[in-house]
Amino acid sequence: MSSVELSTPALRASRRRYGEDIIKGLLALCALVSVATTVGIVFALLLPAIEFFREISIVDYLTGKEWTPLFEPANFGVLPLVGGTMVVTLWACLVAIPFGLGSAIYLSEYARPRTKSFLKPALEVLAGIPTVVFGFFALTFVTPLLRDIGVQVDIFNALSAALVMGVMLIPTVASLSEDAMAAVPHELRDGGYALGSSKLQVSTRIVVPAAISGIVASFVLAISRAVGETMIVLIAAGLQPNLTFDPRRAMETMTAFIGSTGTGDIPTGSIEYKTIFAVGLTLFVMTLVMNLFAIRLVRRFREVYE
Amino acid sequence: MKGRRRDIRGAIFRLVLLASLAVAFITLGTLLFDVAGKGFKFLDPRFFTSPPSLDPQEAGARPAILATLYLGLLLLVMTVPLGVGTAIYLEEYADKKRWYNRLLEVNIQNLAAVPSIVYGILGLAFIVRGIGLDRVVLAGALILTLLVLPTVIIAAREAIRAVPDSIRQAAYALGATRWQVVSRQVLPAAIPGIATGSILALSRGIGETAPLIMVGALTYVAFDPSLLGPFTALPVLIYQWTSFPQDDFRALAATAIIVLLAMLMTLNALAIWLRNRYQRRW
Repeated sequence: MSSVELSTPALRASRRRYGEDIIKGLLALCALVSVATTVGIVFALLLPAIEFFREISIVDYLTGKEWTPLFEPANFGVLPLVGGTMVVTLWACLVAIPFGLGSAIYLSEYARPRTKSFLKPALEVLAGIPTVVFGFFALTFVTPLLRDIGVQVDIFNALSAALVMGVMLIPTVASLSEDAMAAVPHELRDGGYALGSSKLQVSTRIVVPAAISGIVASFVLAISRAVGETMIVLIAAGLQPNLTFDPRRAMETMTAFIGSTGTGDIPTGSIEYKTIFAVGLTLFVMTLVMNLFAIRLVRRFREVYE
Repeated sequence: MKGRRRDIRGAIFRLVLLASLAVAFITLGTLLFDVAGKGFKFLDPRFFTSPPSLDPQEAGARPAILATLYLGLLLLVMTVPLGVGTAIYLEEYADKKRWYNRLLEVNIQNLAAVPSIVYGILGLAFIVRGIGLDRVVLAGALILTLLVLPTVIIAAREAIRAVPDSIRQAAYALGATRWQVVSRQVLPAAIPGIATGSILALSRGIGETAPLIMVGALTYVAFDPSLLGPFTALPVLIYQWTSFPQDDFRALAATAIIVLLAMLMTLNALAIWLRNRYQRRW
């Protein structure tokens, strides 16, 4: 980073070193792979999606309440998929956000350094479990459990998928929020204590507000991940596009539709094939907006305190 | 002068915080316990030597386990050079004031958060149907490479950034060129951090299911996979078995989960060991 300034003084190399230039070029080429990935994603989604919207009006797509692309008569209203995604995301966040934030406050303000050095990696273990495993757990453990305690859920239902997804996202919220809280300078806390505040007051009225941009970023990132999560909903939430807000019913999310339709041998170029890309584009745009928002927020808290 | 009431509120708050932390750990414990209980039945040598079968008593996961190992190896070979190269470029060469370097950074941060199924669509459009590489191990490895690349880049950048500037300055003062500084001073010092980050990213990659489904891994494979042959990976097999309604297949899925988690735990333990053994504090 600062090596840039170091090499600028008048001490110039006596001759141009072509080897050095080539190396810089090769490294820049590596970096270009990421750019190419983004360009590739945009083109992969956009081209078939444009063809799709030539056949199906974009207004019908965005406002239609029937999603039956594979049956006759075919309907291409994306609202049931968006609704399913929103219901799952909402319930997942009801779990992930309070528990994630609580864990973060505990880790940052209450835990002793030794406890923290053990708890944080342990939380990472939870984050490292593959989503297909969480899907299995939701279908074969949580759904029967919900029925046992008297919640009338369908065999495939949005609720158990969302609850398990919520727990899966606790580390996402906790780890980024904790980073933001750890970046709050100690002087602010000491000032609070000097005025006679309790630990509870310092945590909730000084540290949390001071770290708020990072905390909100962690929420946004969790929402974005919930919207984009595939395997849990594919396994446990069922594949019926239902426009309902009752999480006990089976639902289909955008990701589950893509995952279940993309497996078959759908002929390239058919309208069914193109729906994958139209839904994929919708999903990509939604997560892109949230990701950019979160990235900007994270940058802000890094600028203020680090 | 402490009010008693405030102390009680503080204690309750502390308990609430502990409880929210407990939610994650209790779920994790329940999950591991549940899977171990369900999958124990089929955990025997046959599981590692037989191909999948419609008879649960005969079924094993050999082709899927092998394919996952191949995917992991290919993933490592392809992501580490690309990821480390990008990280070196961004940390040591790029001028942060240029708009394109800033854009590159935001681009990588966003790619790290793009849903994995979208990478699957990319694979479906370009690798499988585009360049006509059929539904093979290499196609799966390519798509997983793009998927975990941002994670590797971010980890490698952090490791490189942790190397103190005094080392670079000392090397420059002795007349080293930029590449000499990077290759002989910065990289050796950053390798433990890079290795840890890469292994963690690898374990994320081989646990992925959705993108592999999109490039055609959801299929019946009875023979050992080859680089350019059809394949099904362990997570995909878990999905497949879970979607059968019979209890025995669910039990097989649990067995496969035990094997997959054991592989991932081994990788994670390796990463933690590397970090503790070699990481230097400056």
